[in-house]
Amino acid sequence: MSWLWGAIVFWLGAWAVNAGLARSPWHRTVPVRVIVPVLFGAALLVLWEGVVRHFGVSPVILPAPSAIAARFAAETAILWEDFRQTVLKGALSGYLIGCSAAFATAILIDRSAFLTRGLLPIGNFVAALPIVGIAPILVSWFGFDWQSKAAVVVVMVFFPVLVNTVQGLREASAMQKDLMRTYAAGYWQTLLKLRLPAAMPFVFNGLKISTTLALIGAIVAEYFGSPTRGMGFRISTGVGSLSIDLVWAEIAVAALTGSIVYGAVSLAERWVTFWHPSQRS
Amino acid sequence: MTRIAPVLTVLAILVGLWYAAVAPMNIRVALDQAQRDGVAVVPDTPVARREAGIVGLLVQNAGVIPATYDLDRPRLPTPGQVGAELWKTTGEMVMNGRAFSKRGLIYHGWITLQSTLFGFALGTALGIIGAVAIVYSRTMEMSLMPWAIISQTIPIVALAPMIIVLSSQVGIEGRGVPKAIISAYLCFFPVLVGMTKGLRAPGPEQLDLLRTYSTPGWQSFLKLRLPTSVPYLFTSLKIGIAAALVGTIVGELPTGAISGLGARILIGDQFGNPLAIWAALFAAAILAGALVTLLGWTQSVVLRRMGMGL
Repeated sequence: MSWLWGAIVFWLGAWAVNAGLARSPWHRTVPVRVIVPVLFGAALLVLWEGVVRHFGVSPVILPAPSAIAARFAAETAILWEDFRQTVLKGALSGYLIGCSAAFATAILIDRSAFLTRGLLPIGNFVAALPIVGIAPILVSWFGFDWQSKAAVVVVMVFFPVLVNTVQGLREASAMQKDLMRTYAAGYWQTLLKLRLPAAMPFVFNGLKISTTLALIGAIVAEYFGSPTRGMGFRISTGVGSLSIDLVWAEIAVAALTGSIVYGAVSLAERWVTFWHPSQRS
Repeated sequence: MTRIAPVLTVLAILVGLWYAAVAPMNIRVALDQAQRDGVAVVPDTPVARREAGIVGLLVQNAGVIPATYDLDRPRLPTPGQVGAELWKTTGEMVMNGRAFSKRGLIYHGWITLQSTLFGFALGTALGIIGAVAIVYSRTMEMSLMPWAIISQTIPIVALAPMIIVLSSQVGIEGRGVPKAIISAYLCFFPVLVGMTKGLRAPGPEQLDLLRTYSTPGWQSFLKLRLPTSVPYLFTSLKIGIAAALVGTIVGELPTGAISGLGARILIGDQFGNPLAIWAALFAAAILAGALVTLLGWTQSVVLRRMGMGL
């Protein structure tokens, strides 16, 4: 009884503190903005732990957070190996190749207004498709190792970045472009000094969407065949062999990686597009 | 016309690139096939062919190139082959009166569509409830919003096998529910964000006006905030339904499902039948396009009836 009640009391206490903080005059300050969601997340974890312990849920169905944390600490070697295989080799290389290819294509196609008008609807449509289904085809083309995972990631991140960059390149206004003409700026100077900076908020939007897609692509592609390491491999075999706590540890790694990479791209965005209204506090 | 011509041009370029890629992608398979049929091919051992470059193979065996466009199990099928396979598994089966046969894509598309719509309804409902909670409670906003954003940076598909194991252990029968949970998760966020924006869209003057009428809170919600949010809602619904379809297919992929478009992709992969994979992929694309178009029509009809249409 005590575990469940303890967890519920903790939840209510955390909620009361949060409500108090949100109504307090300091609700716009940074520490409060951090503390409130952290407390909310901690309360969720405590509730999870309390429910699992109170009802004696079998670890095969849902392990407690403490068990997952213990497994995480015990298996750092395996987790690091999988991280290197899936994130550093598969997702990261695919992300870099895909984003730069999309960026280059956008700049090329932008020279023709006709093609741009044709590309935008098609690109928007393709970006909404379940492209991840292409994974088995690419695995059979490029083999089981990380190259096929990178290929899946390339295809998945290509269209969101392409569409956003093309849209961003149309962002500079006619008056701004006229100003560049009065300065006798050529195509490249206009591109580098006016249009690319103006496109950056859009480009970063595409880059941020792509970070998650890259991880999804790399993990799902491993379900279709991989060497005996990698996060997707570990998850699919872990579910089969009922080592569910290891699977949750892998999911924790994936979640942490996703959040950290997203945060890093957001920081880069803040640094590059400091002039944009959405970045000024 | 001015809008269609560029789209068609780009489509033609893409299809042209596709056709051009077929010969180099398939030449090795076609050469093996030709040799088995007794045609002389230039490096005459498979080992030598593996060493040779693609361009060299194409130049030296120009006579085999037509065969690359007509293989049974191509590495890359032509658009025509994919179209024929799509017709064979949909239209032809309808003509034979077996439209819902388990071997046809209509049946599998229907299974996928069911889970998608179920997940879409669930995700949309949760998103709207979450948005209302966020708009009316600052505590909810400060606690929930950061987590909603973080949840989107988590590769949910990593969870897909887990959700299926969990729900079967808990005793949920059928494979539709776990797939729907994944789609709901994916379509929850766009709806939440769009709806929050929409409910906050009324300006202070409008809210003040209602206050001078001494309108109760729930009426200002029903008569001002809710109608103002409809255009925002539809925009996010269009993103949400595409995301829900992605969720369902991803839910079918890694989990040994036996029906659904994702399962067709999986089975095509296991049985070495690339045409089935491509046909299922295109069926998924057509389904996504149809769903988004349908929502677009609903949007324009609803907005026109509400007096907000263009």
